[in-house]
Amino acid sequence: MAFEEKRAWSMAIIAVVGYAVYVLVILGRAAGRPLAEVPYASTALWTIGIGIVAGILSGIWAGIASREEGLQVDERDREIGRFGEYVGQSFVVIGGVSAMVLAMAEVAHFWIANVLYLCFVLSAVLGSVTKIVAYRRGLQ
Amino acid sequence: MKPTKVTNSIRALRFAHGEMKQADLASAVGVTRQTLITIEQGKYSPSLEVAFRIARVFKVSLEEVFQYPEEETT
Repeated sequence: MAFEEKRAWSMAIIAVVGYAVYVLVILGRAAGRPLAEVPYASTALWTIGIGIVAGILSGIWAGIASREEGLQVDERDREIGRFGEYVGQSFVVIGGVSAMVLAMAEVAHFWIANVLYLCFVLSAVLGSVTKIVAYRRGLQ
Repeated sequence: MKPTKVTNSIRALRFAHGEMKQADLASAVGVTRQTLITIEQGKYSPSLEVAFRIARVFKVSLEEVFQYPEEETT
């Protein structure tokens, strides 16, 4: 498996696991009360922070695991990288527009923050899955 | 994804050149072995620059390495 493919796998896993932990903590904290009243900011920040650190550590791991094959990045890696970012970018736009609409409707901050967080996660997951599929099945 | 319409003779050319290994050709061309494998399998169309470099390694013309079938006219 290529160095960049390993990185795409680890980014997808980190994004899913990090968000799953966040959702479980928030749902556990809700305990029957409305979600918009649940304190979420600190949990969102530490899951995002741990995700960033895990992303750096997984990059180092991918580098060590790929040292036999080399860490060379060529034109195909760059094309797949751009394609993955392009596909993932769509969810950043969807998140931004959704947050704007929710803000205009004066919805609780909880929902605005969470729609942004969800779309960032979906962007990372979709971008990573696109890269993995391109590595596995080819890029035309 | 559908395979590219561009076909190639890289495998045959490698064998004709002393059973050159994919890793050696990849290194000579300046791409990773994984990329060379996907080019050889027709799953990835390389840039013109890489295509020329592959042809140059085998000392043949570009069309001896890569072929693009004529479109069928109706």
